[in-house]
This record gives sequence, structure tokens and C-alpha cells, in this order.
Amino acid sequence: MINDVFPNVNWDSMWEASLETVYMSLIAVAMTFVLGLILGLLLYLTDKGNFWANKPVHAVTAAIVNIFRSIPFIILLILLIPFTNLLLGTMLGPSAALPALITGAAPFYARLVEIGLREVDKGVIEAAQSMGAGQGSIIMKVLLPESMPALVSGITVTGITLVSYTAMAGAIGAGGLGDLAYREGFQRTQPDVTFAATVAVLIIVFIFQTIGDWITYKIDKR
Amino acid sequence: MIALRQLSKIFRTPTQNITAVDTMDLTIQEGEIFGVIGYSGAGKSTLIRLLNMLEKPTSGQVSVGDKNMSELSGRELRKARQEISMIFQHFNLLWSRTVKQNIAFPLEIAGVPREERNQRVNELIELVGLSGRGEAYPSQLSGGQKQRVGIARALANNPSVLLCDEATSALDPKTTDAILDLLTSINKQLGITIVLITHEMHVIRKICHRVAVMEEGRIVEQGQVLDVFRNPKEEMTKEFVKQITEPEETMEAIEELLKDSKEAPVVKLMFVGEDAEQPVMTELIRTCGVSVNILQGKLSKTQHGSYGTLFVQLQGEPENVEAALRFLEDHRVEAEVLKDDK
Repeated sequence: MINDVFPNVNWDSMWEASLETVYMSLIAVAMTFVLGLILGLLLYLTDKGNFWANKPVHAVTAAIVNIFRSIPFIILLILLIPFTNLLLGTMLGPSAALPALITGAAPFYARLVEIGLREVDKGVIEAAQSMGAGQGSIIMKVLLPESMPALVSGITVTGITLVSYTAMAGAIGAGGLGDLAYREGFQRTQPDVTFAATVAVLIIVFIFQTIGDWITYKIDKR
Repeated sequence: MIALRQLSKIFRTPTQNITAVDTMDLTIQEGEIFGVIGYSGAGKSTLIRLLNMLEKPTSGQVSVGDKNMSELSGRELRKARQEISMIFQHFNLLWSRTVKQNIAFPLEIAGVPREERNQRVNELIELVGLSGRGEAYPSQLSGGQKQRVGIARALANNPSVLLCDEATSALDPKTTDAILDLLTSINKQLGITIVLITHEMHVIRKICHRVAVMEEGRIVEQGQVLDVFRNPKEEMTKEFVKQITEPEETMEAIEELLKDSKEAPVVKLMFVGEDAEQPVMTELIRTCGVSVNILQGKLSKTQHGSYGTLFVQLQGEPENVEAALRFLEDHRVEAEVLKDDK
């Protein structure tokens, strides 16, 4: 019956494409989390009134973040082709999409991290200082744990954006569900393939969101 | 224990300079509970933060114990801060940690090994009366319980000084009293010097040994709590003392009686120390032949003795009333004949 609805779908390649999408998304999410966290911390800490308050560094970081956040992703993909070639020796395949995915998502996540860190009560930081905590302990034991629910819900949102970015990356040869929908579905006029790929993307997004929400719920003790 | 020398803190903004603490000299003895009272904006929050260098002084010196706080930096300052802990109006607990983990936090910072940490945490939970709540998160606690966690956390590293930043201002009167009792017993049991800032005279009255009244960055009056109550010199101090001795409704209530105060004067009596506990009034009625109409009375206990006020109307022959007022003077009771202002 399912083959009547989706006559042109090759389920093996659909599965393979799904795995590629999940692979790209997961690695990109992990790298974005780390890079975004570092950038977000830098944005927060160099801001006025914080530990490393430093106007030039803050301005430069903010500018970089804003620039990369503003470039449309499809253009960023093309712009980064030489860089990806240099880094990985190829511009094809799921791994080749990673530099662009991370460059596109990390600045976005950095802003979310910065917002999350700002929400941490200044009084709690003051309390930690009054106990003789140094900057390292305050970052590791106060700032990050206290903002964790915001950091997790932020990476969930970013992760979902990343799934849609992988589809775009597919259009320039990264593989995955976007690639499948474009080549097999659009170019060969097989709308059922496009539709099946869409459903697969939706399922992946749904799983991401559910896991993210669940973790946020578990760690939020406010 | 704590000495401030010519201490100033000036906040510079593009438009103006704000002097929060103005060339202040102050000495706080070891083991005492010292209160600083003032309205908001008087500079008391800045003052208390200068003691542990959360605010850096613009000029002057702060020494705590044998350390000159204003000269320390980096690691030495962090080490010194473990000796001077602080509790806050809004508790400032880490909501992501349980009660136990919150109390363990300063121990982690001080590098105390896990085994010892757990043992100390259990002792502290016992001490502040939170047994059985160790695994709760701050969001599951009441305000009073949160402050108890704050106190336990502050005591974790056996500090010699405890700074209280409006520690009871966010609590209801009953909880306030319970927390104040806890602070008093900590002061007695552990001999910790306590410095507290507040805008409530009640707090000063209940637990402080000495008090300083602060206005516009300066201390306008200071002394033993009972002395300040008995004989407030500055306008500001009188206002604060009134918070305790003269409930607002008193004056409204006796206004009517003041109208015919020519024949029967209304007198405000102040009893201090042991006199407050003597049956002076009975004696007065017996010997002076006046009748006494008691309007309102209040007795407050401070750390150094009792303090009472009594509003009475004296009725009788003019010479007997005269005699009664003299009698009161002889018995070290301060009497003030109230006049009808209107």
C-alpha cells in the first residue's frame, strides 16, 4: 500500500539520506554548542560591567557574530567553498557541509548564550565573589549551571535551524534529505519523493525538539 | 576587629559624582553585633560591601582582623573573603543546586575534600534548623528557609565576621524574628562578629549591641543601643527610635485628650534599663494623690536591658500634678508633657 502512495521512493536511499542528515546535524550541533558557548561567554564577559569588560574586544566579537548571522545561509555555503576545500580537500559529502553549518549556526547560538548568561542574577555572582570564588569557579560553577536551561533550549532551537540548513547544504552536494528531495524529487518531477523527504525531516525535527524540551524540563529547578 | 580609617567611596558618572561613603571612621569590636541603620540611599549597602572589597574604596583604609583589606588583591583577597561571609536580602542562592549543594558551595571554593565537606554540610543543616530539607531545591523553600540556607552557607568556612545586607527585609515579621534569634544564637555560640545594615529599628533593637545611624554617607550618631534609644541626639535618630517607641496611631489616639491638657496634662514617660521593670506608677499614685489614666504603653527589650514608653494622663489638683512630675524625675524616669499643637 505504501508503495502506491510513494511509487518512486527508494526506501534504502531515503534511509541513507536520513542518516546523512542526522549525522550532519548532530556533529554540527555538538560543534556549534562548544563554539557558540565560547563566543557567547566572550560576548557576555567582555560586556560593560562584567569580568573582562573590554570595549574593543566586545565590539569586534559582536561585529563578527552579527556579520555571520546576517549572511543568508545559501550564500555562506558558496562563500565558504574555497575554505572547505582547503580544510577537507573536497566540497562534496556530508562532512564538507560541516564548516558552513557551524559557521552559520555558532554566531546565532552565541547570541542565545549571551542572553541566557545575562539572565543569571547578579546577586548570585556577588554572593560567589563574597565567598572568595575566582573568575574560573564563577564561570564553571555559577554562570554556566545557572543558565543551563536557557543554554539547552537555545541549542534545541539552533539544532532545528541546523536541520533546515543541512537541506540547503544538500543542494550544493552535501547529500542528505535536502539533496534527495532536490535531485530525485524536484529535478525528476517525483513529488512523492519530495513529500517523503519532508516527512523524514519533520520526524528528525520532532525528535530533536522533544529531547531538548525534556532535558530543559529536567534541569530547570527554578 | 574591623576598623575603617577615613574611608570614602565616590561613584563617578558622566554627569555627577555621588559620594556614597564620606571620609568615615569606625571601629567594630570583636564578637559584637553592630548595626548600621539608615534610609535607602544613605550609603549603607556600599559601606557593607567595602568591608569585603566587593566595592573598592576611593580612598581610606579598611582593616578586618589583622588584614588590611584595601591592600590585598587576587588570591590573597579571595582567601581573606573566606573569613568574612555575607548574607543577602534576596538570599542569592544557586537555584540549580539543592540545599546541601548550596551550603557545600563555599567549601568547594575553599578546596575542602568531599568527605569533610559532607560532614560539615550536615552539621550546618542541623545548626540552622533545616534537618530533612537537604535535598530540596531553593524554589521549594519559604523565604525564611532560604535565608537559613544563606546563613548556613555563610558559616560554612568558619568565618570570623558575618555581614548581613538587609537580611530580614524581604521576610514577614514572624520570620524576621526567627532569623534574628538564629543570628543572636550564632553570635553567642560561635563568637562571630556580626555587622548588619537595615532600615528597621526593630532589628537594631532586637539583636544589636551597638548601632550607628547613617545619613548621606556619614555616621551621624553611634553608641550602645540602649543609650541611643534613651537619648537620641540627631533628628534622624529620633525618627528611627520613634519607629519602636511610638506606634503611628498613638498620636492620633491621644489628640482628643490633648485639647483639655491644661487641667489634666498628657505625659510621655520613658523608662530605661532596670527602671523599666520597677513598679514606679503604683508608687506615684500612692504618694502624690493623683489619678493616672493610662493611654498606651510599650516595653521593648534590647540586648542591654529594657526600654519602655508609657503615655498617661495625670488628673488631680495642680500642686499634686506638679509633685507627680517631680516624683518621676527623682525616679530617673524621663517625662515629657505633651502639648496640643493645633
